[in-house]
Amino acid sequence: MKRWNVGKRLLPLFAGMMLLLSACGRADLSTLNPQGPVAEEQFGLMKLAISIMIIVVIVVFAISLYVIVRFRRRPGDNKIPVQVEGNHKLEIIWTVIPLILLVILGVPTVNSVFGLSKDYSKDPDAIQVEVTSHQFWWEFYYPQYDIHTAQELVIPTGKKIAVTAISGDVLHSFWIPSLAGKIDTNPGTAVANGTANANKMYFEATKAGVYLGKCAELCGPSHALMDFKVKAVDEASFDRWTAAQKAPVALPSDPAIKDSLVKNCLSCHAIGDQGVLVYPSLTDIGSRLTVGGILVNTDEAKYDNEGTTYENLKRWIEDPEAVKPGTLMPKVELTEQELDGIAKYLSELKIDYEK
Amino acid sequence: MAHAHAHTVKRYKGLMDWLTTVDHKKIGILYLIAGGLFFLVGGLEAIMIRIQLWKPLNNFVSADTFNELITMHGTTMIFLAAMPMLFALMNAVIPLQIGARDVAFPFLNALGFWTFFFGGVLLNVSWFTGGAPDAGWTSYVPLAGSTYSSEYGVDYYVIGLQIAGIGTLIGGINFLVTIINMRAPGMTFMRMPMFTWAIFITSALILFAFPALTVGLVALMFDRLFDANFFNVANGGNAVLWEHIFWIFGHPEVYILILPAFGIISEVISTFSRKRLFGYSSMVFATVLIGFLGFMVWAHHMFTTGLGPVANALFSIATMLIAVPTGIKIFNWLFTMWGGSIKFTSANLFAVGFIPTFVMGGVTGVMLAAAPADFQYHDSYFVVAHFHYVIVGGLILGIFAGLHYWWPKMFGRMLNETLGKLTFWTFFIGFHMTFLIQHFLGLLGMPRRIYTYLDGLGFNEMNLISTIGAFLMGLGTIFFITNIIVTAVSGKKAAGDAWEDGRTLEWTIPSPAPEYNFAQTPLVRGYDAYWKEKMDGHKEMTPAEPLGSIHMPSPSILPLFMSIGLFIAGFGFMYHNYFVGGGGLALTFLCMLIRSLKDDHGFHIEPDELHDKGVKA
Repeated sequence: MKRWNVGKRLLPLFAGMMLLLSACGRADLSTLNPQGPVAEEQFGLMKLAISIMIIVVIVVFAISLYVIVRFRRRPGDNKIPVQVEGNHKLEIIWTVIPLILLVILGVPTVNSVFGLSKDYSKDPDAIQVEVTSHQFWWEFYYPQYDIHTAQELVIPTGKKIAVTAISGDVLHSFWIPSLAGKIDTNPGTAVANGTANANKMYFEATKAGVYLGKCAELCGPSHALMDFKVKAVDEASFDRWTAAQKAPVALPSDPAIKDSLVKNCLSCHAIGDQGVLVYPSLTDIGSRLTVGGILVNTDEAKYDNEGTTYENLKRWIEDPEAVKPGTLMPKVELTEQELDGIAKYLSELKIDYEK
Repeated sequence: MAHAHAHTVKRYKGLMDWLTTVDHKKIGILYLIAGGLFFLVGGLEAIMIRIQLWKPLNNFVSADTFNELITMHGTTMIFLAAMPMLFALMNAVIPLQIGARDVAFPFLNALGFWTFFFGGVLLNVSWFTGGAPDAGWTSYVPLAGSTYSSEYGVDYYVIGLQIAGIGTLIGGINFLVTIINMRAPGMTFMRMPMFTWAIFITSALILFAFPALTVGLVALMFDRLFDANFFNVANGGNAVLWEHIFWIFGHPEVYILILPAFGIISEVISTFSRKRLFGYSSMVFATVLIGFLGFMVWAHHMFTTGLGPVANALFSIATMLIAVPTGIKIFNWLFTMWGGSIKFTSANLFAVGFIPTFVMGGVTGVMLAAAPADFQYHDSYFVVAHFHYVIVGGLILGIFAGLHYWWPKMFGRMLNETLGKLTFWTFFIGFHMTFLIQHFLGLLGMPRRIYTYLDGLGFNEMNLISTIGAFLMGLGTIFFITNIIVTAVSGKKAAGDAWEDGRTLEWTIPSPAPEYNFAQTPLVRGYDAYWKEKMDGHKEMTPAEPLGSIHMPSPSILPLFMSIGLFIAGFGFMYHNYFVGGGGLALTFLCMLIRSLKDDHGFHIEPDELHDKGVKA
C-alpha cells in the first residue's frame, strides 16, 4: 500500500518531466519538438530511454543519500563495523534488474534501427534528393526533376524524402534536428569508379514550414557556419517550384554589370542554364532565407548576422573570408558600381512558387 | 657476489637524481608533475573555449584558433594529463600495494616516463611553430590528411602521439609483468587490492589497444609525409577505415581511463567506511567483463557513419550490456558504505561525489547506445556532456580522490583538509554547472565543435551558465594548487598508516616509503592484508624473509637521452630534414646499444643501513 503511494507521487513527476521535455526548444531546431515521423520515432525512443534512466538515477541517488546520512561516522565513534563479504541475493537482484531494463530498451531500439534504415531510394512516390556536402555549403540535386540547388532543400509536405548523401571533400554530417537524426557524408564522389561511399536516409515533414539544418561533423574553420534550411511546402507549391526552376532567367540589363557578372561570377556559379555548376547555383538566390547559409535575410535586422538580402549579398561578395573563414569563394576585384549592380541583380533573382 | 657491487654505483643528488631515477616512487612524482602541468595547459584551453562560447557571435578567438583549442584540449587532457596522472598513482601505489620493492623493469619505467614527456612537449611546441593540430582529437581524415590540413599541425599530432604512445605501451607492459610476477608471498590474485586489479586489467587493455592507435598514426604519418594512400579516397584509400582504427583504440581507451578510477574509488570508500569492499569477487568479475566488452563496442562511435542496420543493432546491444557490470560496481560501492562508519575526508568526498556523478554519465551512455536516438545525439552537445560526465565526473574526481588519499604516502605530509573540502565543493558544483546544461543544449540542436552560434536560437543563457561553471572548476583547481603549496610548506607530517584505517600493504610502511619500500617482504595472509593483521591484534605484518641486503637497480641517464633522440628525430622527419631525423634516431639507437652492452648489476643496501633509512623516512 505504502509503495503504491510512492509510485502515485512519482507519476506526476514523470508526466511533468515529459511535458517539460516535449515543450523544450524551437520547433524548427529542437530534437525534443519533432515535426516529422522520423524525428518523432527517435524522440519516442529518447523518451523511453530517459524514463528508464531517471528511475535508475533516482534509485542510486536515494540509496546514496540514505547511506551518507545514516552511516556517517559520529565523533568519538570507534566501533568496527561488521565486515560483510557480499550478499548473493542482492547481487543477483542488481544484475537481473538492469538486464530486464536493457531488454525493455533494446527491443524497440533494434526495431527502430531496422525501421529507420528502410530504403526509399527506389520508391517512385518518394522525392529523391542527392545531397553533396562541401566546405562549407550543401548541394542538393533532384534526379527526378534534374534540378540543382544549394543551401535550401525545398520539399513537399507529407512525402518521403529519400536522401543519398556523399561528400565532395571532407567528412560532414547532414542533420535536421526537428525532422530527422543525422547521417555522415563520406568522401568518394566518383560513383563511376566505384569509390562512392554513399549513405542513405529518409525523412518527412508533416507541416509546411522552414526547418534549420546543421553540419554535425567537424569539417574545418567554418564548420559552425555550415547551416542549411529545409523548406517544406504543400505539393502544389512544390510543383510550381520545380517548374519555376526550369524557367529561363534573364541576365542583368546593364551591359557593364552583365559582363562583370559573366566574367566574375558565372565562371564558377550557374544562373538558370548559364554559367558553370561547380559551386552553389544562384538561380533563386534572391528568394533564399540566407546568404552563405549564415547571413540571415530580413528587413528587420536584430543581430550582427542579419540584414536585407541586398546588404547581405554585398557584405558576402565584398569579403567572403570575413563572413566564412576558410571559404573557397575568393575576394573578387570589383568596382563599387559592379558590386552594387551584382548584389542588386542577385537580390532580385527570385522565383515565385508559394501562393 | 651480493657484496661485490655494494656502493660501487654512483648515486646522484638534486636535479641529476630526478633525471636519472629509476625508482617507481620518484617516477610517480615525475608523472604527477608533468601530468599536472599538462592538466593546467588543457584546463586553460578549456577556459578559452568557454570564453569564446559565453555569448553568441563572440570573437574572442578566430575560427582557426578555436579548432586548435578544441583539438589540443582533447588530446592534451586524454593523453598528456589524465593518463600520466593515472600512471603517477600506479607508480606511487601498485608496488607498495603488492608488497614489491619496485616494478619489474625499473629502467623501462623511466623510459616510459621520458618518452611520454617528450611526446607531450613535441605536441605542444606546435603552438609556437605556426599552428597546433586542428582536426579534432579524433583527427578524422580527409580533414586531417595533407590535402585539407597542409600545415604542420597534424604532423605534430601524429608524431607527438606516437612518441608518447611508446611510453604508455611500455608502462602498460611493465605493470602487467609487475602485478603477475612481483606480488608478495601469499598475495594470490583473489587477495589483490581492487586498485591493483583495476590496474592489472587496465594494463592489459593498454597492451591491446595502443598498438591499434600506433598503426593508425603510422599510416596517417605515411599519408602525410610520404604521400601514401591509406586514407586517400581519390587513390583508392578509405576514410572510414581511419574511424574504425581510431575507435578500436579509442573505446578501450575510455576504459583504460575509467577502470583505474573504479579501483581508486573502491579503495577510498572501503577505507573510510571502515568496511571490507562489498562483493569483492563480483567486483573483480565486473572489472574483467568491462575490459572484455570494451573491445567489442567501438562502432557505437560510428552509428551515423553508415555501417548499416545489422552492425548498428549489434553494437547497440553490446554497448548496453556494459551497463550491467558497471551497475554491479555502483551497487557494490553503495553497499560497502551501507552499515559502515563513513568518515568524510576530502578524499572520501571526492569518492562519494563520484558515485552519483558517474551514474549520470553512465545512464546517458546507455541512452547513446540506442542507435536511432543516437542519430539525434551524435556530435551534438549531448555527447560533449556525456563524455565529460564520464571523464571529468568519473576519472578526474577519481584522480582527485586518489591524490588526496595517497598524498601522505607519496610526500609524507597530510594535505590540508579545509582546502581539500573547498577544492571538492567548488570543483564539484562547477562541474555540474558546466556540463549538466550541455545535455539540453545538444537536445535543442547545438552541434559540438562549433566556434560560434547565432543569436536567437535559444542557446545564449545555457552557454553563459556553462561558462560560469567552467570558471568555478578553474577556481577549484587553484584551491588544489594552493593546498599543495601550503602542505609543502607547513603540512602535518604523515604517519605510516596515515588515515589510521588503512587496509592494504602501502600503509604498513613509513610515509613516504623508503627507497627499498619494504625492509622485509611481508607475508600476506588474506584479502585486505594489513586490516587482517590489525584485526588479529598485530601491529605490523609478519615478514616473509629474514633481514638481508637488498638489491637495487642503478640510476641511469639513458632513458632521458633515448627520448631526446626520438624527440629530435620527430622534428627531423616532420620538416623533411632526414639528416636531423637520422641523427635523432642514431642517438636513440646508441643509447640502446650502450644499455645492451654495459653490464649493470645494480647495487645493494645492507641491513645496517636499512634501519637508519627506515627511521629517517
